[in-house]
Amino acid sequence: MIKNSQIYDAAISLMSKAAIEIPDDYLKGLKKASQEEDGDLSNFVLEAMLENYEAAKEDNRAMCGDTGCPRWYVKLGNEAKIEGGPVSLETTLRKATADATVKIPLRPNRVHPLWRTDYDNNVGIGAPEIEYAFEPDGDWIDLITVHKGGLFGTDYRMLFPSDGIEGIKKFFLDTIVAFGKRGLACQPAIIGIGLGGSKDTCMVLGKRAACLRIVGDKNPDPKISMLEEELKDLGNSIGMGAMGFIGKSMVIDCNIEVGYCHTGGMQMSVHAFCLSSRRAVARIHGDGKITYRNNPDWFTDYQRRETVEWQV
Amino acid sequence: MASLKKVFLNTNPTKDEIKNINIGDIVYLNGSIYTAREGIYKKVLEEHADLPLELPKESATNFHCSPAAVQNENGDFNLGAVTATASFRFSRWIGDWLKISGAKLIIGKGGMSIEDYKQNFVPCGAIYLTTVGYGTGALLGRGVKKVRNLYWKKELGLAQAMWLIDVENFGPFIAESDVLGNSLFERENKKISEKITKAYEGTRPAVLKRFGETSNPEDELI
Repeated sequence: MIKNSQIYDAAISLMSKAAIEIPDDYLKGLKKASQEEDGDLSNFVLEAMLENYEAAKEDNRAMCGDTGCPRWYVKLGNEAKIEGGPVSLETTLRKATADATVKIPLRPNRVHPLWRTDYDNNVGIGAPEIEYAFEPDGDWIDLITVHKGGLFGTDYRMLFPSDGIEGIKKFFLDTIVAFGKRGLACQPAIIGIGLGGSKDTCMVLGKRAACLRIVGDKNPDPKISMLEEELKDLGNSIGMGAMGFIGKSMVIDCNIEVGYCHTGGMQMSVHAFCLSSRRAVARIHGDGKITYRNNPDWFTDYQRRETVEWQV
Repeated sequence: MASLKKVFLNTNPTKDEIKNINIGDIVYLNGSIYTAREGIYKKVLEEHADLPLELPKESATNFHCSPAAVQNENGDFNLGAVTATASFRFSRWIGDWLKISGAKLIIGKGGMSIEDYKQNFVPCGAIYLTTVGYGTGALLGRGVKKVRNLYWKKELGLAQAMWLIDVENFGPFIAESDVLGNSLFERENKKISEKITKAYEGTRPAVLKRFGETSNPEDELI
């Protein structure tokens, strides 16, 4: 039985890790980009960001003043048992989000869309988002927090089979050029792309591709993996770098996720996970032990399953 | 990085000091700054509320920012990281605000349009500094020495309230506009345009069009 207190402790610790520590995979990617960047202003920006990560860690303060919109991805092993059940889990995550906002501190970003009501704790109607998935075998729960920026760098378009790969490239460029100017996308970014599904699932897939897959990760379908590489190179070839200055670092990595869609369509979404790619991952085991790791490992074979039955 | 000029400025800079700033200069600030964004602009310019402090005497530097911060029960502040928010959204207020506040430095994310600079900044002798990254929130947090006051917290909430903050070697920022209204971002965009057109070779326009304002990737969207 996993206790609420264990969930709470892990959640508080994840909130602070996500806000303060740049994930290792992104850091390595950015260091490589900064070595290759020859635009003087772009390079200055990347160097300043690297210095900023150090400062955040040393001072134990958030990397970025806009600490994004905290959200949770929860994956439950099929045999996991939670004290008080799923409602109790949700209440605990909401409480931890509110408490961590004050403790770290985070910026209280979440407001009512019309009345702009702000409880100064990042909790409100539908906030934080809490999404679930399940996995065969296992009495653990995985908690992942992502504090993604909330304003720029994302777009959706209904494409059709006749648009083809050339149409995918066009919309990819449209999005990164539009949001890359003046650096609104806070690039270089991990670009996540959702292909297929329905409009909503396409957005969900793309966002998860950006936030839940690490730099260097490849889609298991070799042709999709090649497209990831091709789009990454395309994004880095437009002559634009950090803050929209002349340079060549737009895309740290490109991750694509697909879902089956209507036979007439080819939905596409593009998402940018920014220079402060805030994510943190923990597993709470059945015996209450908590282990932290870098890779969310969200997209398992089970999550990408194609058939009706799943053979354990 | 030897080619980039580094400048230290007071937050109430003189005309000459501003005149000497070129676009692309790296700027650090000393003195006091205040935060003001849509909440403050609406309150002062649309609801005609009195300014809660004397401007520009207290500060001539307006930061488009909401800090990651809390006010403790004893009234003290715990301020972590500070980063700017995108400024183009404040275009409708910036002209009147520059006149009323006497601000000479506007700090934010992404700059404003060249029209804003020519029409509103240049007549007031003001320039725009952009944050770096975005954002170097922890480095900027280090430059904050003291929160001097927090105005309209109850009415506007922590994010929109006006924070008056003492800063020391607060930066880095990049000078995005100069006293003549030139823009670094526009200069860079122009240089990049040619390559962007090339990147589009081998792509195909979508079969289903959208109603929209531009399909030209060389255009600015702000």
